[in-house]
Amino acid sequence: MTFLRKTLASGIALAATAMMATGAQAEISDNAVRIGYLADMSGTYRDLAGPGGLVALEMAVEDFGGSVNGAPIEVFSADDRNSADVGANTVRGWFDQENVDLVAGLVASSVTIAVTNVLKEHNGLGIVSGSAASSITNEHCTPNHIHWVYDTYPLANGTAKAVVEQGGDSWFLLTADYAFGHALEGDVIKVVEDSGGTIVGKIRHPFPTNDFSSYILQAQGSGAKIIGLANAGADTVNAITTASQFGVVQGGQQLAGLLIFLSDVHAMGLEATQGLLLTTGWYWDMDDEAREWAERYYERTERMPTMVQAGIYSSTMHYLKAMEEVGTDDPMTVKTRMAGTPVNDFFSRNGRIREDGRMVHDMYLAQVKSPDESTGEWDVYEILATIPAEEAYRPLSESQCDLVQN
Amino acid sequence: MATTQTLTPAMERQRNARLRRGLLYLVLIAIGLAAPFVAYPVFLMKVLCFALFACAFNLLLGYAGLLSFGHAAFLATGGYVTGYLLASYPGLTPELGILAGTLAAVVLGTLFGALAIRRQGIYFAMVTLALAQLVFFVFVQSPFTGGEDGLHGVPRGELFGLISLRSNLAMYYFVFAVFLIGFAIIQRTVHSPYGQVLKAIRENEPRAVSLGYNVDAYKLLAFVLSAGLAGLAGSTKTVVFQLASLTDAHWHMSGEVILMTLLGGVGTLFGPLVGAGLVVSLQTQLAQSPLGNWVSVILGLIFVLCVLSFRSGIVGEIAKSVRKNFK
Repeated sequence: MTFLRKTLASGIALAATAMMATGAQAEISDNAVRIGYLADMSGTYRDLAGPGGLVALEMAVEDFGGSVNGAPIEVFSADDRNSADVGANTVRGWFDQENVDLVAGLVASSVTIAVTNVLKEHNGLGIVSGSAASSITNEHCTPNHIHWVYDTYPLANGTAKAVVEQGGDSWFLLTADYAFGHALEGDVIKVVEDSGGTIVGKIRHPFPTNDFSSYILQAQGSGAKIIGLANAGADTVNAITTASQFGVVQGGQQLAGLLIFLSDVHAMGLEATQGLLLTTGWYWDMDDEAREWAERYYERTERMPTMVQAGIYSSTMHYLKAMEEVGTDDPMTVKTRMAGTPVNDFFSRNGRIREDGRMVHDMYLAQVKSPDESTGEWDVYEILATIPAEEAYRPLSESQCDLVQN
Repeated sequence: MATTQTLTPAMERQRNARLRRGLLYLVLIAIGLAAPFVAYPVFLMKVLCFALFACAFNLLLGYAGLLSFGHAAFLATGGYVTGYLLASYPGLTPELGILAGTLAAVVLGTLFGALAIRRQGIYFAMVTLALAQLVFFVFVQSPFTGGEDGLHGVPRGELFGLISLRSNLAMYYFVFAVFLIGFAIIQRTVHSPYGQVLKAIRENEPRAVSLGYNVDAYKLLAFVLSAGLAGLAGSTKTVVFQLASLTDAHWHMSGEVILMTLLGGVGTLFGPLVGAGLVVSLQTQLAQSPLGNWVSVILGLIFVLCVLSFRSGIVGEIAKSVRKNFK
C-alpha cells in the first residue's frame, strides 16, 4: 500500500514537473514579443542607424506577419544620446517595467558594453547591429548578446591591409577616444605592422568632436603617407572635410577611413571621397536579393539602407524565425536555435553565430566610385574583393572571451 | 497642565510649529516608504540621489550664500571611487564602498574649499568651475574611470554582507535610508547655532567678522559638508545604477543641480527635493516622448519662467503664501 502510494505520489509529481517544464517551454511570456530598439536617434550616429534602423526593424516585424505563434510583436524605441548611463538605465527600465524580450539596434560601443552588463544581469537577449568594437565579443563577451553586422577586426583586416599592400606603409592614426576607437586602433596597428608597415604617430580626439583642425595639422606634420581615421559617423565626415580644406591630399598624403558608412559617402559627395578604400559588411547594390530589399526600404525612407540598417532587418528576422520554431521567448533557448541555424538571406550567405556571440559572414572590400563612374545618387561603391568569413573575423584561437574554450 | 499654563503665546506658537513640522516629516516618510509600490523604484532612487545632491548644494548656496559651479566634481568623485573599489574588490560591501567614496569627496572638498573660499561672488563660482573642469579632465584621462566608456559592472553586493541589494525594493529602502541620514544632517546643521552663524555670514559677512566669528572656518566647514554629501549622493547613485560615467563629472551636471535648487526653492529644506523630483521626472518623461530632443530647451524655458514669475522657487512661494495667509 505504501509502495503504491509512493509510486503514485512520485508519478504525479513527475507528471506535474513535466507539465510545468513543457508549459514553460511552449509559451511566450505574457503573450507578447517585445522588442526594444535603442540607438542614437539625434546625434553623431543618427544617419547610419537611427530612425532608419527602426524602419528596418518595423519592416521585419511586418514581413514576419506581426505575431509569433499568435503572440503579437510590440516594438518600442529610445534615444540613448550616445551616453552609456542613459542607455543602461533605459534597458534596465525595459526589463523591470516592459518585460522586453529583445534589445536591438545598439550603436555606440560604449553604450553597448554598458547595456550588455544589464542584459547579462537580467538574463535577456540583445543583438548588436551598429557597434564596431571587436572587444564586444572578445573581452566583453556575454552569453546574452550577439554581434551581427561587422566589427573593427575585419575593418582593419580589409582596409588597412589593402592600403599597405598598395604601398601606404607609414601611418598616422586619428582615433575617437572611447571603446570603439581603442579597439579599432589596436586592430589596425596589429594589421599594419604584420603587413610590414609602420605607425609613425597617433592621437586621440574626444567623442564627438566638431573642430578637427589641430588634429589634422599634427597628422600633416607627422610626414606619414597614410592618415588613418579610426572614428565614425559625423566625426569621420568632419575629419575628412577638414583634411580637404587643409589640402592634405594635395600635400601628398592619403586618407584611409577605417569605418565609412554609405550615409557618410552620400553626405560628403563623390567629389570629396572618390577612390577611398573601405570595408563593408553589405552593400545595397551587390546582388539582386540585396537590391530588392533595398528598393523596398527606399520607398519608405527615400534613402538607401546602410549595412547597419540591413543588419537590423536580417537579425530581427532570424530571431523571430528561431522563436517561432522553438515556440518560447526564453532567451537562451531562442539563442541556441539561432546559433544552430545558418543565416542565409539578402544580407549574408552561410553566416553563422559563434560561441562568443560573433555572427561571422563574408565582408567586402570596396572603393568609392568617381563622379564619372557613378550612375546615380546612391551608386557609390565598387566591390573589389570578397573577404571570406573565416579570414575576416578574429579567429577563436586568439579569443579572450570566457565562453570560448581554448 | 501646570506647564501649559506658563507658556507664553509666542512659545506656544513655536511649539505648535514644531509639532506641525514633526507631523509633516512623518507624513513624508510614510509616503517615501509606500512610494515603491506605486512608482518604478529605480526612478525613485534616481530622484532621491539627485535630491540629496541638490540638498547638499542648497546647504552651500541657500544657507552660506556660496554659489559653487563645480559640484559635479564631488558627485563624480564619490561615484568613481565607490565604483572602482566595488568593481575591483569583490569582497567589499556596498556601505564601505559608499563610505570610501564620501570620504574621497570630503578630501577633495577640503582642497577645493580651502582655495575657493578666499574669493567671493562670481570669482568663487569661477574658481570652483575651473577646479571641477580640472577634475573632469583627470577622469577623462585616467585609465581607472574607463574614460568615455565609463566604469561598468559595479556589483550592488550585499549590505553589511547580509542583505542582498539585487532586488530593486531592497535597494530602494537602502537609498531611502541614506537620503534620510543625509537630509537629517542638513536639517540639524541648518537649525544648529552653527547654521545661525552661516546665515549671519550670508546676510552680512563684514558684520559677522566684526562680531568675532572666524568666517573662513565656518565657510570651509560648510563647503566640506556640502561636498561630502554630494559625494554620498554620487556613491549611492553608482551602486544603484552599477555604473559611473562622465555625465556626472561634466559641467552640465553642475548647472543641473543649480536648476533643481532654484526651481524648488533655494534656502528652503524641501525645495531641492521638489526641484530634483521635477527635473528628473521631466527628463524621464520627455526622453520617452517625441519631444525627446527638446529636453534642454523645455527645461530652459521652465527656468526662465521660474526666474521671471516665482523667484523664490516652488517651495519658497508656497511657504510665503502660507506665512501670509495663515498667521
